[in-house]
Amino acid sequence: MFEFLRTRLQQGKRTSPFPHGSAEFPARFRGLPVLDVGHCAEQQEIPSAVVTGARGERRAIDLGACLFSPEEAVCTPAGELSYTRDHRMATSSREGLVSASGEVALAQALNARMLSMFGRSLRLRSVVAGSCGGCEAELVALGNVVFDLARFGVQFVASPRHADGLVVTGAVSRNMRVALGKTYDAMPAPRIVIAVGACAITGGPFRGSEAVGDGLSVEWPVDLYVPGCPPHPLTMLDGLLRLLNRLPPERQPVAPAPSELPGPEALAQGYP
Amino acid sequence: MESIEAYRETVVNAVAGGQRLVALFGTPEDADRTRLLAILANDERGELGATSTFVRDRYPSLTPECPAAHSFEREIAEQCAILPEGHPWMKPLRRHLPDHRASGRCEVVLDPDVYEFFRVEGEEVHEVAVGPVHASVIEPGHFRFQVHGEQVLFLEIMLGYQHRGVEHLLETVNPARAMLVAESIAGDTVIGHAGAHCGAIEALARSRKTPHAQGIRGIALELERMANHVGDLGALSGDVAFQPAAAFFGRMRGECLNLLMTLSGNRYGRGLVRPGGVLFDLPLTMRSEMRGRLERLRDELEPVAALLFDNASVQARLEGVGTVSRAQCVEFGFVGPVARACEVARDVRQDHPYGIFRFAHIPVTTAWAGDVHARTLVRWHEVRRSLAFALEQLAALPAGAPRVSCGALRPNELVVSMEEGWRGEVAHVVITDDRGEIRRHKVIDPSFHNWSAVSLALPGNQISDFPLCNKSFNLSYAGHDL
Repeated sequence: MFEFLRTRLQQGKRTSPFPHGSAEFPARFRGLPVLDVGHCAEQQEIPSAVVTGARGERRAIDLGACLFSPEEAVCTPAGELSYTRDHRMATSSREGLVSASGEVALAQALNARMLSMFGRSLRLRSVVAGSCGGCEAELVALGNVVFDLARFGVQFVASPRHADGLVVTGAVSRNMRVALGKTYDAMPAPRIVIAVGACAITGGPFRGSEAVGDGLSVEWPVDLYVPGCPPHPLTMLDGLLRLLNRLPPERQPVAPAPSELPGPEALAQGYP
Repeated sequence: MESIEAYRETVVNAVAGGQRLVALFGTPEDADRTRLLAILANDERGELGATSTFVRDRYPSLTPECPAAHSFEREIAEQCAILPEGHPWMKPLRRHLPDHRASGRCEVVLDPDVYEFFRVEGEEVHEVAVGPVHASVIEPGHFRFQVHGEQVLFLEIMLGYQHRGVEHLLETVNPARAMLVAESIAGDTVIGHAGAHCGAIEALARSRKTPHAQGIRGIALELERMANHVGDLGALSGDVAFQPAAAFFGRMRGECLNLLMTLSGNRYGRGLVRPGGVLFDLPLTMRSEMRGRLERLRDELEPVAALLFDNASVQARLEGVGTVSRAQCVEFGFVGPVARACEVARDVRQDHPYGIFRFAHIPVTTAWAGDVHARTLVRWHEVRRSLAFALEQLAALPAGAPRVSCGALRPNELVVSMEEGWRGEVAHVVITDDRGEIRRHKVIDPSFHNWSAVSLALPGNQISDFPLCNKSFNLSYAGHDL
């Protein structure tokens, strides 16, 4: 018993101050990307992992397709892409992830009726459908003492019958389509769907493979998009709390620090 | 190139003589012929060998004489539409259409929609089906138990739900994207798979990375091992309802991931390992910061491990559960901590040293009982040794460039690249064509070897011990399903 108490004291209280304190990330953390239009002198070919597509006449970044790799931060025909250390990037709509400069329309709260049901207690069911296991690892991390999801009244449950929301990870592999559909159908309405990670939004690195469906299709309407590969637990938490209208009012916005990228000599080596 | 008879004999005799099957796969040769390739490892002598033969639509199966070929031959039947005749368990492995069959062939040997489970008949025998959607946040897989009362008689595991067509992507997409696909083979083994992938590319390009880059890769690989082992020690504690250790280890797993994030900008080490070395350097200030954090972590880990291993009720729950015998391990070719927990000292870092591990050795950890307790113990000692290694390397990192150039790939070559990931041997076999383009990229995650171990460990145990057994292996569904 004495050893328990001593270890407990040594371990201390480790719960993250989020959302009441500021979230700190190391210098190299790659968060929200930004696009500096027309800044580039030499233009490189766009890495295939980044989809910077034309929206009308304008070029844009699609956060849903971004894999947050250092190589995607290059000069593109649309401008110079770089990362910031801002973890906030979850949105309520697919369009919200696409922007000309990198300013995303952060997730909106659910409507009043949904908030009255789920605002203080939300039960989630996880379905993994053609992923690498990375997003799930971060979903599990949400439950540890640092992020402690349960303190916000959000829990993962064992049955879709007990769930208010579905968390989907993975590019929706052919072999998981039926199980995903059955799980969704088994959930009582009203229900929400949360797409976590680049795979669930666009197929991520597996986009275009015959074995997957390039993420969730229109069959399953999504209420919250959490981009990332995988998203940082605080990115997920930020999105969830915005959806539940549980984030304290933001203080004076500070411009997020830029992410430190690899040295040019390392990046310049490229691929054979 | 050998006749099919000579090929069979070579493989069967080598495995019977103590060698290990690293890979066995097919690659389309022309319109109707497929080349079967076997990669064999002689771990004692640190040697690898390869043998191959041509087949058309069928060949006599190796599995009856060489059980280690069992999953590989199911994979060949599924990917290449070639029938290994006489295979005792010819069922779909991942349930997809053939994506590596010879261009002139249109048959399918295994219908991905037909799967018959083995059944035990009898009064009081019942069947329990679990998955693919599980009770918590777990990857999808289907487990079919034949149970008598509480006792498991048989466990059959059907996988393939995570199949994303990884090998086909690696063979078709551009090199920059292939690197990102390689980092997503198994999301908890980013460094392991990226390292094996880059090892193959570097060998084909004759690119020699600096000792500095090798050191950084070694540190990252051991941080990955620590993160996963510490996380599993916590999950095992949770499965035996020992909450303090579950909470403490769970938090300290995050600290290992945060160390990787300091180095690479991502908690799983994405963006670090690239052909020719590493993208991110490790400046002196970061080395001393990481050393300080690792020393603190060591001081916090030790008392928690003592809480776990010194507790009699925890010991009682872990011992004698989910046992894999040494004989089974040798027969089926298990790798990693699963093998080391039944006194089979297999470790790529020791047997086939590469990179930094040619200069700095990590002692191989073994245990003898082969049960959940032995696997837990092996993992804890590996955490300690990896931590000591990382501290040592951070203090003695040789100077040099983080990354050197990696030119065009040599044509018509075959490369086997292996890395000791935290689950065991990660192997990538890459074959180039006469233009130096990648023609075949075979990926073998350690889980591919080890899933059979879960099926073998369960019979005789209570079905309620399944979560505990499963967690002690913690195999990757994504790594198996590709």
